[in-house]
Amino acid sequence: MATAPSAARRPLLNLSPGMRTAVIAFAVAVVLPFVHPNGAFTNFLADAGAFVLLALGLNIVVGFAGLLDLGYAAFFAIGSYAFAMLASPQFGIHVPFWLLVFVAAGIAAVFGILLGAPTLRLRGDYLAIVTLGFGEIVPQTFLNLTQWTGGPNGIGSLDQPVFFGLRFGFNPLPYYFLILALIALAVWVASNLRHSRLGRAWMAIREDELAAAHMGINTTTTKLAAFAMGASFSGLAGCAYASKLQLVSPDQFGFNVSVFILAMLVLGGMGNIPGVIVGSLILSALERFILPQGTNFLHGLGLNIDLTNSRFLIYGAILVLMMLFRPEGLIPSRERKAELHAADTDADAAEQEQELYTEAVH
Amino acid sequence: MPLLTLDHVTQRFGGLVAVNDLSFTIEPGSIVAMIGPNGAGKSTAFNLVTGIYRPSSGRIVFDGTDVTGKATSTIAALGIARTFQNIRLFAFMSAVENVTTGEHARLRANLVDSLLHLPSQRREEKRAYERAMELLRFVGLEKFADTYARNLAYGFQRRLEIARALASDPKLLLLDEPAAGMNPSEKRDLVDLIRRIRERGVTVFLIEHDMGLVMEISERITVLDHGEKIAEGPPAEVRNDPRVIEAYLGAPAEAS
Repeated sequence: MATAPSAARRPLLNLSPGMRTAVIAFAVAVVLPFVHPNGAFTNFLADAGAFVLLALGLNIVVGFAGLLDLGYAAFFAIGSYAFAMLASPQFGIHVPFWLLVFVAAGIAAVFGILLGAPTLRLRGDYLAIVTLGFGEIVPQTFLNLTQWTGGPNGIGSLDQPVFFGLRFGFNPLPYYFLILALIALAVWVASNLRHSRLGRAWMAIREDELAAAHMGINTTTTKLAAFAMGASFSGLAGCAYASKLQLVSPDQFGFNVSVFILAMLVLGGMGNIPGVIVGSLILSALERFILPQGTNFLHGLGLNIDLTNSRFLIYGAILVLMMLFRPEGLIPSRERKAELHAADTDADAAEQEQELYTEAVH
Repeated sequence: MPLLTLDHVTQRFGGLVAVNDLSFTIEPGSIVAMIGPNGAGKSTAFNLVTGIYRPSSGRIVFDGTDVTGKATSTIAALGIARTFQNIRLFAFMSAVENVTTGEHARLRANLVDSLLHLPSQRREEKRAYERAMELLRFVGLEKFADTYARNLAYGFQRRLEIARALASDPKLLLLDEPAAGMNPSEKRDLVDLIRRIRERGVTVFLIEHDMGLVMEISERITVLDHGEKIAEGPPAEVRNDPRVIEAYLGAPAEAS
């Protein structure tokens, strides 16, 4: 058919070959826990999936709209605590899980707007510092509101989702499929947004805020929409993660979690959905498998080195190496790759087109 | 009724009066220019019209609406588009994406349409894309639709900025030194382009230092010096105005 190549050339249409990759990746993800039927492995996949959701959410704020948020774990905390308070014996409230997932996403989105609003006039480093502050304030608040949140003990015995009469129980498998479904939803939503009027407005703000305002883009509401959408993804992740763990406590949402999620974007490729997913899977695997297994291996060799204790050193080294050799990430978006290699390609491209232009004129 | 009215507009920055008691009107369908030596307050006047600055005093009325102190995005949506003296394209978006972003104020898709990719939103996106391509053809850049704005040659970037500004269907187009850095043949193309823009029903208001271009294209010229209007009228009149000559060349030596 003659339409296929022209469709591929249109950057605004959503019919990309990426769709095929997405379907294949999803199919692999579905069969993965059956290929290696092991409770710990499935548990790892479910946890890694929750972090994929978080990374996809942060990607909207940092990758699409270019707003550096160093306190993203705060929204993860808000989503998790929203679930814990509304589906546990804590207050005797038991909202059905399938409703609560979207309620928690909504609550996180509202907090996204509340925390985003005071930062609207800030850019770059200043924005990062304020969001860093929020990231500290939120878990501290949950820690100190003892009568509602159980303080340092957190909230336990959370409700388990029930799917057509089947209680999820303590087997990680149904949680894994739940998270997989949420990821599919999140990928669909994020790629729809990326190729929409709102997505273009986000990119325009990232590129040049003043010029964006001259296009009639209301920069205030557009940035708030980014904070709200990003936060809502962490509401989804918070629900799934908390119900699987059966517990929320303030120490799950520290600064290291925010940095961990941000490092996933940097490693994978900021602004690009497949890159973000790959980056988060790699870091999760490193955290849960590669470092503990590596430590066992070294112990087997008689070396008394604990890699898990030096994991931040290792992550740091990975990020430094990435910045040196591949700053755009493993699977970058087209524009980010161009941006970080602008100096290499710029001169030739401009020269070529200048030639074309002079040809056209004479 | 004039399309744009500046009514005794003054802009102070601390002790500096960048624009002093400036009044003029622009009639719909015209091509008008503002000239003056560097630092005369021309770009400040543009920034006042597009809402970057709120005037210290005075009123700005566009198409019957008082836009004094309104937000830039609101003013843009009312129908004022502009280009910038130092090009401000979205560097790492393709040419066609730049123009489609320019259509923002015309498009209707809201958050829910975009989230769910509803059929109405898809139809709108398709129309927006086609319209952006039409505008790229209008400025002669259709071959570079998928090229990053940053990778375009300088003259092309200026054209792309014009296409992006036209995408919102503006009533008034402000061009801030559109010919800066262009060679003579590019300038000839620009004159032609500005005339074709007016034929689309868009009023053009430009700041330009190239006197040949200004005199050729403008129907009326406003001259600023030290933030004040020193002359106004058709090109032939302005050209021979002694105050304009003095502003540009200095005062003649006192005789006797």
